[in-house]
Amino acid sequence: MASVTMTVNGKTVTATIDPRTLLSSFLREHLRLTGTHVGCDTSQCGACVVHVDGRAIKSCTALAVSLDGAHVTTIEGLASDGHLHPMQEAFREHHGLQCGFCTPGMIMSAVDIVNRKGAMLDEHTIREELEGNICRCTGYHNIVKAVAAGAQAMAATKVAAE
Amino acid sequence: MSDTLRHVSRALPHDSARKHVAGTAAYVDDLPEPHGTLHLAIGLSPAARGRLIDLGIDAVRAAPGVVAVLTADDIPGRNDIAPSLNDEPLLATDRVLYFGQPIFLVVATTRDAARLAARLARPVVEKETPSVTIEDALARGETVLPDYAFGRGNVAPALADAPLRAQGQFRIGGQEHFYLEGQVALAIPGEDGEMLVHSSTQHPTEVQHVVARILGVPQALVTCETRRMGGAFGGKESQATQWAALAALAAHATRRACKLRLDRDDDMQITGKRHDMRADWDIGFDSDGLIHAIDLQLNARCGCSADLSQGVVDRAMFHADNAYFLPVVDIRSKRLKTDSVSNTAFRGFGGPQGMLAMERMIDAVAWSLGKDPLDVRKANLYRPGHDETPYGMRVTDADTIHAIIATLEETAHYRERRAEIAAFNAQSPVLKKGLALTPVKFGISFTLKALNQAGALVNVYADGSVRLNHGGTEMGQGLYQKIAQLVADEFGIGIERVRITATTTAKVPNTSPTAASAGTDLNGMAAIVACREIKARLAAYAATLWECDADDIVFAEDALSAGNRRMSFKDAAASAIRERISLSSTGFYATPDLTWERDKGRGRPFYYFAYGAACSEVIVDMLTGENRVTRVDILHDVGRSLNPAIDMGQIEGGFVQGMGWLTTEELVYDSDGRLRTHAPSTYKIPVASDVPEHFQVMLHPGANREATVHRSKAVGEPPLMLAISVFAALCDALHSLAPGKLVPLDAPATPEAILRAARQIAPGDLF
Repeated sequence: MASVTMTVNGKTVTATIDPRTLLSSFLREHLRLTGTHVGCDTSQCGACVVHVDGRAIKSCTALAVSLDGAHVTTIEGLASDGHLHPMQEAFREHHGLQCGFCTPGMIMSAVDIVNRKGAMLDEHTIREELEGNICRCTGYHNIVKAVAAGAQAMAATKVAAE
Repeated sequence: MSDTLRHVSRALPHDSARKHVAGTAAYVDDLPEPHGTLHLAIGLSPAARGRLIDLGIDAVRAAPGVVAVLTADDIPGRNDIAPSLNDEPLLATDRVLYFGQPIFLVVATTRDAARLAARLARPVVEKETPSVTIEDALARGETVLPDYAFGRGNVAPALADAPLRAQGQFRIGGQEHFYLEGQVALAIPGEDGEMLVHSSTQHPTEVQHVVARILGVPQALVTCETRRMGGAFGGKESQATQWAALAALAAHATRRACKLRLDRDDDMQITGKRHDMRADWDIGFDSDGLIHAIDLQLNARCGCSADLSQGVVDRAMFHADNAYFLPVVDIRSKRLKTDSVSNTAFRGFGGPQGMLAMERMIDAVAWSLGKDPLDVRKANLYRPGHDETPYGMRVTDADTIHAIIATLEETAHYRERRAEIAAFNAQSPVLKKGLALTPVKFGISFTLKALNQAGALVNVYADGSVRLNHGGTEMGQGLYQKIAQLVADEFGIGIERVRITATTTAKVPNTSPTAASAGTDLNGMAAIVACREIKARLAAYAATLWECDADDIVFAEDALSAGNRRMSFKDAAASAIRERISLSSTGFYATPDLTWERDKGRGRPFYYFAYGAACSEVIVDMLTGENRVTRVDILHDVGRSLNPAIDMGQIEGGFVQGMGWLTTEELVYDSDGRLRTHAPSTYKIPVASDVPEHFQVMLHPGANREATVHRSKAVGEPPLMLAISVFAALCDALHSLAPGKLVPLDAPATPEAILRAARQIAPGDLF
């Protein structure tokens, strides 16, 4: 067993875990943060995407103990004070979901795209950047629309905050 | 009427949209586990066919964390999970039927412990050479169900007499569902042998019935509950049952809650797929491109058991006409037994395969005549006087598909682009463009008549809030939302007062699977029937109070009213309860006018048809086979849409899923019958960049002519077949290499398949 301490959605957590514990299992089973989904088990579908120190990673192939001291944000940590994050709101508003299983990972990837590439995303960029997230329901049409709208809303929120 | 509709026909978000984006929508694996929950892993057969000599599980039993190892001998009831015939065991007994078949079950304290232990088994199988391919099964002559055929007229002379004739053999690949949420179930034992199963299933009733069969208890002791699935697409119609039954078996044996979530690679390996088929076709036609006769043999690879293959292959046959009148026709089928996991339902349920075979024949006619395939398609559409399907049902609304095609031809600028593409291809030796506009006509109803029924339970409480339950399951298609909209408008209340609840066999019994695109048609009607029963009671009460006619009571704007008398819905509910009036009702609906007689091959199996058409353009690199879909225009008929946002989503998603089936999604089995493409690393599912930026979907205006719920039409499956336009466009691009030749492209049109076809028809030119 190994001890690990990390900050998850702003709260410091410390746990003693089997060193083989995946970050996805740690989040889902130890912390009961079940919004992070496991789809393919092998880092391809993107349902398990979370942010580690501000960057998107697939949590189903990261070992929790390797992230000692890290800051982790999951889908549950995106909303603040009961208000959805602009990207969450955009997915809801633009029907960017059906079964919803890919949605948390899709949104975490989308926020990461905006963080890396800025808010003015053309459709080609969005489509290429989403290649690591599989959706089997929507055909991506509304997801792409949601990401574009969410990106602009994120920029507007940022301006408003400044 | 329509001005009282506050919710129906509006593009409201999915009922769980807010929870989905917040990560708070619970799937089975997210439910809080009861204290002491155990976890399961399955021992898999190491061979596809043979005699099971020994399980070799001593080391499994001794492994750390293992609580029990269960085998077929531990099943207290009947070892049978088959939905129809008694031909599929829960756990293997003396013989193994496919590679990866469950042969034992490990119950352990953690999922990892169970999986590690399962790997320690050393099963011994006396292996036999498996039937892997359609040809293997044909050579052995093994089938899971009898051959079946229907048609009209005497085909052999009609073919012989036709001025022109073409023949071929066409392979159509299968498809993995890849529901994002894999198969999962959580079973919780109760008192007196009761069992509660949370299952990610499209068919809670079948899970309930099979669990009762496996445990040997009355069905009344078993409850199956399904709040939502993370996708299903048919893969959880009959094939969610096994995992639920295994969880229940373990929970029964250990008296503890037990959960089974399949690892994705196992899920892909050991759950059934869309049936792959080989279509052997023969068509007679004339110089105008009119079809005179067709002989079609569909050889379906069904796998080791019947599962749903009767309905699936029947539906392939029902759709082998697509939207075309076939004067003389013989449609035959073989349901071949292979030593592979039983193939199963997949969105379209065989329909796509039959339709694709027909479109191949249409293309062949066009190619041999040098005609534009669209002209051949239009010439053969059902039309007055030529309106009877090969199974004797009349197509009375073919004007819908004529109108859809005519409109799409205009709005997609088909003719102009056809000319532009011809000019482009003439000067481009390597990159070739292709274009196709194909129709869809899809029959709505279960072809097994008994399944066309649904039930609902509606409760109104003293504060005027409403609890809604029905037999349909939610897999992302928006069924719960649509039915909540219907119920809110029936009562004339805000949808926020309608509480949607999980589907459970304890509230609505003996339901059909949520399948055949019929979820809303059936369950929506049942819910409305329940609402109207309660409304009738409330109206009778208000009529007495106000001394007016009950028919004059209007339910709108959160109130009951008649003339200038008005009472809020909430007050009406509260006072009705005081007057000892029941505000709970079931509702039941059975689709009318279905008369299919399978033994005669005649009748009306469908309540109505849903129509659509798509125009797709592609560009292909003939030196590599690489290709892109560059533009898609769709016009689709959903009748009067209950929720345009949800319906558009079904069309977009269905199309892309169909595109994957016909282009990149390839299932590869080795000679041992083992699936080698068992993860998204080797099985290519469309991603966002595979979908063209120009992807325009429009809804064809118009009401359903049958009395469906608010004159809407089913939308789940039909759009998948719009993607046949992509396959036809790829064929069109290939055809430009050697005009007049039959394009030997099989589905899926992977780059490799395209390259093979290109080399075959134009051997000297490029290569």
